[in-house]
Amino acid sequence: MSGASEAPIGLAAAPAAAPRPRRRDGALRRFLRHRLAAFGAGVITLMVLACAIGPYLLPFTDTEIDIMQRFAPPFSGPHLLGTDPLGRDILARLLMAGRISLSVGFSAMAISMVIGITVGLVAGYYRGWVGMVLMRFVDAMLCFPSIFLLLAISALIGPAVGSIIMLIAVTSWMEVARIVEAQIRALKARDFAVAAEALGASDARVMLRELLPNAIAPIVVAATLNVAHAILAESYVSFLGYGIQPPTPSWGNMLDNAQSYLTSAPWLAIIPGAAITLAVTSFNFIGDGLRDALDPRMGGR
Amino acid sequence: MMPEAVTDRGALPAALAEDEILAVRDLSIAFQTPAGRLAAVQDVSFTLRRGETLALVGESGSGKSVTSLGILRLTPRAPFCRITGQVLLRGRDGRVRDLVALPEEAMREVRGRDAAMVFQEPMTSLNPVHRVGEQVAEAIRFHEGLGRRAALTKAAELLELVGIPDPRRRLASYPHELSGGMRQRVMIAMALSCEPQLLIADEPTTALDVTIQAQILDLLRRLQERTRMAVIFITHNLGVVAEIADRVMVMYAGRVVEQAPVRPLFGAPLMPYTRGLLRSVPRLDLAGLGREKLAAIPGTVPDPLDPPPGCSFAPRCDHVEPGRCDAALPGLDLARPEHRVRCVRWAELAGGVA
Amino acid sequence: MGGYVARRVLQAAGLLLIVSMIGFAILHLAPGGPLSQFAAGGDMTQEDLDRLARQLGLDRPLPVQYLDWLWRMLRGDWGASFRDQQPVLAVIGSHVGATLELMLSSTLLAMIIGAWVGILGAVRRHSLFDALATVGAMVALSIPTFWFGLVVIYVFSVGLGWLPAGNRTTIGNESFLDQLHHLIGPCIVLALVSTAVWSRYMRSSMLDVIHQDYIRTARSKGIPERRILIHHAVRNALLPMITITGLHLPTLLSGALVTETVFTWPGMGRLFLDSISYRDYPVVMGILMFTAVLVLLGSLLADLLYHVADPRLGAHGA
Repeated sequence: MSGASEAPIGLAAAPAAAPRPRRRDGALRRFLRHRLAAFGAGVITLMVLACAIGPYLLPFTDTEIDIMQRFAPPFSGPHLLGTDPLGRDILARLLMAGRISLSVGFSAMAISMVIGITVGLVAGYYRGWVGMVLMRFVDAMLCFPSIFLLLAISALIGPAVGSIIMLIAVTSWMEVARIVEAQIRALKARDFAVAAEALGASDARVMLRELLPNAIAPIVVAATLNVAHAILAESYVSFLGYGIQPPTPSWGNMLDNAQSYLTSAPWLAIIPGAAITLAVTSFNFIGDGLRDALDPRMGGR
Repeated sequence: MMPEAVTDRGALPAALAEDEILAVRDLSIAFQTPAGRLAAVQDVSFTLRRGETLALVGESGSGKSVTSLGILRLTPRAPFCRITGQVLLRGRDGRVRDLVALPEEAMREVRGRDAAMVFQEPMTSLNPVHRVGEQVAEAIRFHEGLGRRAALTKAAELLELVGIPDPRRRLASYPHELSGGMRQRVMIAMALSCEPQLLIADEPTTALDVTIQAQILDLLRRLQERTRMAVIFITHNLGVVAEIADRVMVMYAGRVVEQAPVRPLFGAPLMPYTRGLLRSVPRLDLAGLGREKLAAIPGTVPDPLDPPPGCSFAPRCDHVEPGRCDAALPGLDLARPEHRVRCVRWAELAGGVA
Repeated sequence: MGGYVARRVLQAAGLLLIVSMIGFAILHLAPGGPLSQFAAGGDMTQEDLDRLARQLGLDRPLPVQYLDWLWRMLRGDWGASFRDQQPVLAVIGSHVGATLELMLSSTLLAMIIGAWVGILGAVRRHSLFDALATVGAMVALSIPTFWFGLVVIYVFSVGLGWLPAGNRTTIGNESFLDQLHHLIGPCIVLALVSTAVWSRYMRSSMLDVIHQDYIRTARSKGIPERRILIHHAVRNALLPMITITGLHLPTLLSGALVTETVFTWPGMGRLFLDSISYRDYPVVMGILMFTAVLVLLGSLLADLLYHVADPRLGAHGA
């Protein structure tokens, strides 16, 4: 019996002996959080729409070179967000780059989820030798700082959009595997998996039909956060010159030369970086909101 | 509630008699919860003389622990929790203060110096990263202004006083290196470190083994004889009550339902609830060795957010008389000298059942 | 304690073995394997390449090659740089100091600010400050480090002229103050993510601690609120932060690489990028392995430190 059991019945939220004052103030935070998730979802929807439709509505294409309009600052002429050193319209490039960066983000997430879920399922289901080896492999992969790993492999195999997606996926599935493994291990101990097994269901059926659906909440959260991670990873390697290669624009490689023009044309650096930050922040907000909504125990505080 | 500005009202409460240490008057404690205002303790009044032990008895949720925390204002602060009424405490300096009206800083000085507390869980009540000696010496340093070395010397004396072997060496121990009984002795040493006038012990033996329980009770009794401090002993174990208390206060759903010296209460309980409690203890003379829980009364404590009209025990009472018991809240009647009871039927029942 | 250390070191050694296998696999990933850089040069015939492969032992079975490679790595023979024939470990050694300086200073900055924000957020839970700090931390975790670096350079170097735009020292002026002046920018940039991490974990750790029974005990003793907070609550809340700092090491290293690039900081990260552009594979692979080992040792050290810092775990005799 602990001191908390002295609390009047029905007062679980505020046990008298271990005071956890909770009041309307909590609402401010919850309100704000969910507002943030809604904000994130709105921003992402707008971005996807703009990148999909926007390029058709603009008077310029992303590759059109206008030598008379080099380094045009934003909001000063026909080019809404200005132009780059070749006189290309930044808004058009930003939207085309967004197509690439967002697709890389979603595709890399999808692949990394498949790898992570598979490894986690198998490791959590077949404990003992198989699970042990798989999880130690996860630990070992996590020892490599992701940017170093990405750059090294990317430099060895030569970058292209497809290989960048694979690379990011291959270096970011480990957390998912850990989450799924822990969930499956906990779930497997519970009756329904035992019952399904006793009824003679195959291993694959128990894993996919009985266990996986019950672990869906943390998987959805991890997937959202993984998109944010993938967009960031793409921007890092592209910025450093080993990701998406010009002339294909991506948010990361738009910044590639920006540092040289920081004094004369700072918007070259500021605009794509702001787009990355906005997209990543939005996905993080959505992930956080989902975490609150789907599993209050995970991190509601 | 008294105005906050009154800091020290030493002269005002003349009602505290010469040998009285504590007088609690109409103490009410309410929590602000998401579901609404929750009255955890209502209109509790009692006095405590020097050297006297009052047992506070009741089930979980009766408000006994909240009462004890409220006296030292260790409940959450306003606006989460409101304390009203009066808690008059005679300090070590002889001055009487109303703890309800005291500003926080003055209240802090009262804690540990004039009134100290021992908690139920010795396993979690000591800070795991600090040495036992530091923790016992801490209050001494702050209240007595002693240096670290002098405070540690006094801490060693205290450890010896509470029966910890090899106290000098034990100063350097961490809490996890001690057994539960030893840790509770450390807690007691800590509480006694500034020689308080009042000790509040919140189920200090509940978490301990039976044999250790008896030792701790014995220790508390001896220390009380020595220091003449007043003790509020909170428990749900009636066997312990019989052993240690002078007077008993039974609480139910946040209110005092019966209050009497220990002998009349055990011999001739007036409130049906108290009788139920006593029936749930099979052999009184052996009860001190047992760990009987007060679970034998059917039903549960009422929802504090939605209390029943009238007597709060009525829904569980064998002697309930519809129309009378649920009509209005019964008063706390003075049935016999020093014996109060909150029951509209106590007189009839005393004739028939007792 | 001794048993724990032995077990934990053994674990780390096992992990190191798997790490080395991954490293070896990556080395053989490139088309043409470790020889690709010669093949790419184009001035060698197939015959030359075959002879070279035989000389380097590349015609042997992979497990044998792996064991041989591992043995050489363990002896400290990490190969030589293609650029200047220096031993790889020596090349790394001459750059690691600048990286460590950057990482340590930014971690210190992140600890101080992050802990402070986290503690205040926990103590004033649900206040405006707490809400802003939570949102701020989430945004900070979303900002690409290189972009934040560019913004800092734009504002403080280009705009205000307060900070140098890069490098570790001004040429011709190698005073301590000059070095410190150069450190400020990259230190702040690298500290951004760590500060966010620290503040979030510190907040939740504090919230765990301030509801513990021993905090109530401390309060019942009548010691000042400030002392309860620092001496009793923060002391306990800092314990899990040791582990968090260890876990954060890979992210910190990645951030250091990017920061070094933006600020032309002569550390391991820049060396890594330069080596990639020169196709100096021995150094690239060397740094990759070196960082993995650093992470591994860092988490080992964090675990051992935790063991020493928490008296319950028995590093202190009874």
